[in-house]
Amino acid sequence: MTPWISKQTKLLVQGFGKQGQLHARISREYGTQVVGAVRPGHGGKEVEGVLCFENVKSAVAETGANATVIFVPAPGAADAILEAAASEIPLVVCITEGIPVRDMLRVRAALRGSSTRLVGPNCPGLMCPSAQVRIGIAPPSIFSAGPVGVVSRSGTLTYEAVHQLSQLGVGQSTCVGIGGDPIPGTQFIDVLEFFESDPATQAVVMIGEIGGTAEEEAAEFVASHMSIPVAAFIGGRTAPVGKRMGHAGAIISGGKGTAQEKVAALEKAGIAVSDSPATIGETLLRAAPGLKR
Amino acid sequence: MNIHEYQAKALLREYGIDVPPGKLAKTPEEAQQAASAIGGTVVVKAQVHAGGRGKAGGIKLARTPAEAASVASDMIGMRLVTKQTGEQGKLVRKLYVEAGSKIDRELYLALLVDRATQNVAVIASTEGGMDIEEVAASTPERILNLQVDPLVGLSGYQARDLGLSLELEGKQIASFEKLLTGLYRLFLEKDCALLEINPLIVSGNDVVPLDCKLGFDSNALFRHPEIEALRDKDEEDPREAAAAAHDLSWVSLDGNIGCMVNGAGLAMATMDIIKLSGAEPANFLDVGGTADAARVTEAFRLILQDDRVKGILVNIFGGIVRCDLVAEGVIQAAKNIGVQVPVVVRLDGTNAEEARRMLAESDIDIIPATGMQDAAEKIVAAVAL
Repeated sequence: MTPWISKQTKLLVQGFGKQGQLHARISREYGTQVVGAVRPGHGGKEVEGVLCFENVKSAVAETGANATVIFVPAPGAADAILEAAASEIPLVVCITEGIPVRDMLRVRAALRGSSTRLVGPNCPGLMCPSAQVRIGIAPPSIFSAGPVGVVSRSGTLTYEAVHQLSQLGVGQSTCVGIGGDPIPGTQFIDVLEFFESDPATQAVVMIGEIGGTAEEEAAEFVASHMSIPVAAFIGGRTAPVGKRMGHAGAIISGGKGTAQEKVAALEKAGIAVSDSPATIGETLLRAAPGLKR
Repeated sequence: MNIHEYQAKALLREYGIDVPPGKLAKTPEEAQQAASAIGGTVVVKAQVHAGGRGKAGGIKLARTPAEAASVASDMIGMRLVTKQTGEQGKLVRKLYVEAGSKIDRELYLALLVDRATQNVAVIASTEGGMDIEEVAASTPERILNLQVDPLVGLSGYQARDLGLSLELEGKQIASFEKLLTGLYRLFLEKDCALLEINPLIVSGNDVVPLDCKLGFDSNALFRHPEIEALRDKDEEDPREAAAAAHDLSWVSLDGNIGCMVNGAGLAMATMDIIKLSGAEPANFLDVGGTADAARVTEAFRLILQDDRVKGILVNIFGGIVRCDLVAEGVIQAAKNIGVQVPVVVRLDGTNAEEARRMLAESDIDIIPATGMQDAAEKIVAAVAL
């Protein structure tokens, strides 16, 4: 499997307002090729040293962009994803929070069978420290290059885990925030499959949280398909039950979705689970004692 | 966002779905007038945002308008305690007076978004009128699950097949197809999160919704002012509503350590580590991706409205959020609203060094922490003093 991001990544920014401009600048300073921005009404202008285009199609034709990061506000975000997919951009990363579920149902249905990989929405994006590629909003200072792949449903909890790893002298190969929305473009299993095939990744940290059954499915995948060690943390062990879950939602998951059940499924699959969010790094080291730092 | 049964039934009518005639009543006199206008036996139903009303005494039959008035005078002003309300219950302010129905059978029907398959799922069962979670646990084979691809939509044959599986026959099948087609259209067009009908009754040749619970995707309310207009503020937790007005995500809990965190995952993890350190969080609070001084001040105000709070833990890992803006908020809050309890602040990520310097140079009394473990231990110790 080819890496999702590498030195060859040429990044487009869709939604070039305050946040888009800020994070384009931070990504460029980190070493990422930011080749253009899509900002209707501003085509041909240069903003913050980035050339703006009227639409994705013209931006891709001019720049050869092979990845895009979306900051478009929620009402137009689904449209931005579909526009990127129509130009067959291989990697689309959507940072936007608060996209209606119905819009994401439409997007996911439209992307079935497409060559475009969507990461997010409502995610911090991807980082590849060795290639100095930053797609999204993660703070670069906490990352270091190394052998651990990180995949997470939560943005800030990803930073927490990465920070712990770096402080222990353990760098990261690729970090993927899949986002906390109910309908994500990329699931744990997609990222785990990539890490297993990625020569740069020797161990994995996986960070989940209550709700849905994605962690249980990931546990089954780890048990049957993965040879490299995996450590995990599940957020929300103390969250009150049923606070945001409707009755019918509980039926469809067959009673799954609590942190306790997720931890049990992960442990059954041989994954080392950290009880505390403060010991994620240490748990990884215990799970992968031979790790080259 | 949830709405009342009477509002849900008005929406069902808009979508061409037949429901029994009914009227809203806020006084016993209105209930009496409603009952005589409807005629015959009526059902008087308390309008609160909670399930389990029947068992709790919130749904009663009345054979005459006078009886409707008497039932209504008992019900209005009572605190209805169901298994979903908590022990303090919900104050009954409004009633729905509805024509009585002849019930041959009771079914269950719900529409929701299936996260695993990323489809719309129609959940149905012949075991209506009961606690559906118990049915799912004890007899899972009685739960039917119809998957609808959102690009293709619901086809008539799918609705008719589900009707047959629910043991409907003859004209009941056409009635069910019309019902489900309308419900599916409503579910998508109005951006519902959950649509639940329990019970759906079979009455002669018709299938009729006797109850209807509707919840909406709050992220989609920007395109539904007509749904936003149905919001009943009396039914919402006042602090959750106040938090939402400032784009803060809040859940009230029972402990004494107030939490202010950015990101839902880190906020849950912060609750977890407080508990692991031997104390209890007073709240879940995600200040979101664009926390600035004004929002942080507002968050402090909300936390301090709870008298049980004996200390506050601020745990920020800046990505989009800039730690220096959070620090400015902490300083402003301390100066403007007079924080009287110990505050432990842990800041890491974007502009964290600048933020730590600002806090150290200010004259406010905070306890700085390095990392989550340190932060949790310090706040638990400070509260125990």
